[in-house]
Amino acid sequence: MSLAATTTYYDRKGLMATLGRDGMLQVILVANSFIMLAPIIIMVFSAFKTNMEIFQSPFSLPDFSNVGNFVKIWTETNFLRYLANSFFVTGSSMVLILTLGTMAAYALARYQFRGNGFILMFFLAGLTLPLKLAIIPLFILMRDLGILNNQLSLIFVYTATGLPTTVFIMTGFIRTLPNELEDAARMDGASEARIMWSIMLPLVRPAMVIAAIQNVVPIWNDFFFPLVFIQNDNLKTLPQGLTTFMGEYATDYGALFSGLTLSAAPIILIYILLSRQFISGMTAGAVK
Amino acid sequence: MALTGRGLWITALIAPPLAFVALFIVYPIVAAFAYAFYDWQGLLRGEFVWFENFHTVLFVEPYASRTLNAFSHNIFVFFALMVLQNGLGFLLAYALWRELPGARFHRVAVFLPVVLSTIIVAYLWKLFLHPLFGVINQSLRGVGLADVAQPWLGQESTALWALVIAQAWHMVGFPTLVFLAGMQRIPTDIVDAVRMETQSEWVKITKIVWPLVAPSATVVFVLLFVGAFNWFELPYIMAGLDGSPYGSTDVLGLYFYRTAFGNVSAAHQDFGLGSALAVLMFLFIAAIAGFVTAKLRAREIQL
Repeated sequence: MSLAATTTYYDRKGLMATLGRDGMLQVILVANSFIMLAPIIIMVFSAFKTNMEIFQSPFSLPDFSNVGNFVKIWTETNFLRYLANSFFVTGSSMVLILTLGTMAAYALARYQFRGNGFILMFFLAGLTLPLKLAIIPLFILMRDLGILNNQLSLIFVYTATGLPTTVFIMTGFIRTLPNELEDAARMDGASEARIMWSIMLPLVRPAMVIAAIQNVVPIWNDFFFPLVFIQNDNLKTLPQGLTTFMGEYATDYGALFSGLTLSAAPIILIYILLSRQFISGMTAGAVK
Repeated sequence: MALTGRGLWITALIAPPLAFVALFIVYPIVAAFAYAFYDWQGLLRGEFVWFENFHTVLFVEPYASRTLNAFSHNIFVFFALMVLQNGLGFLLAYALWRELPGARFHRVAVFLPVVLSTIIVAYLWKLFLHPLFGVINQSLRGVGLADVAQPWLGQESTALWALVIAQAWHMVGFPTLVFLAGMQRIPTDIVDAVRMETQSEWVKITKIVWPLVAPSATVVFVLLFVGAFNWFELPYIMAGLDGSPYGSTDVLGLYFYRTAFGNVSAAHQDFGLGSALAVLMFLFIAAIAGFVTAKLRAREIQL
């Protein structure tokens, strides 16, 4: 079957001879996809198994009606709490990032004023700095602000780390928008705020989607900042909460795998639905 | 300058986002440099001690050998991932670029682990590498290679390799798709012209594709470099804060965190030494990344 398929490819391109080479590339791709997907499939299968089943037949299809492990995670742990916290922290950060990022990018892209270039450079400087290394001053800053052990500390840091990429992506995009609409509205006596809100904002949605995806995945997955800022179990986000219940069920492998499966499920499902946007969004900073 | 209506409007737009970046990114990084020159008693800043903290982490035992140990592991991790993650990524990108049947599926599959949390990936591989129950050793026993089965994470000779392979599995999709985007931007007339000239795949890759994806290579290399020297989450979950067994997986990220915030066994925390480590790491990363970027940019070809 694959032979026929590769042959068509060559007929179409009018190329011959290297069938063997393409065959090899195809083998590499299939093998790689197997290596990428097998661990995830084994994880999901194991989530439906007991310790004994995992040990005796790790690769077999499980009985999918056996949801005891999931019930255990769902009812005995703080999983739902962690999930809700992750949604709240990620959601709030994204709202702030997109609002503030669009404001800054709009001002930098549409108005000429003194210090314009310098302010853009200031934002872009944040692109490459590894903020992990500044965790000690951040910790003390959060203590002084009285928001240690408070989700505001996470939201503020995520907002700040998300702004450079957002300003970078959106400034570039807003600069490409034509002036005519804006000038016409200005001539009709519309205020600057109204021009931005009613005329320009509807046009920048595509750039907002890219900026949103680029930031939402690292924020949703972040572990480092909660590890330092949050102690209270009821305030933990999903990756941090995971460490708590992975410790509690240390030898109950079925429960551990179902915990991992439940934690991975939201992002895997969204990724499968929106894979094209995810790929272009997450590589946006690296692809010129 | 008088704040006219327009000036006020621009200020209102710029000031709030600027405040966030200034307060939560720029200030902490500047402060990290200042903190390194003070003696710290817990959360209290003590005397100004000049370069004493730097001297301690670099030249005073036991810190000096720990610093060197962790640093050497970071270097190993960087080069291992350069091959396993970026090298393999280039190969996979090249295979995907041919648009063989199923390319779309393979592209989605290779990027799937990238969107997962590093914490999930780390726990998953920790379970897989379990000496008795893990699927790795079970598979080896199943195919008659019981002698090869070993406690991968429990012995010094294999632990760091195991972490590197888990990390490569997690992230190989990223360089793959960055390289692929670079290849897709190579104009088709160039590709066609090369096809007329040579049958050799090797010549095509080394003389045409590789030089023309140089901008992607620059980005991918620099990001890997910064990532490898900031490596924290995966070793933290898989090997623990002490880089067990016996420090064989200790890296600068773990060492820095341990020094600054203490660990379970020793509650001692030292912000001064931690800041000194952070500053050294920061300067090292900035210097090398800057130098490499400049070097690699110079070899990029403008199309």
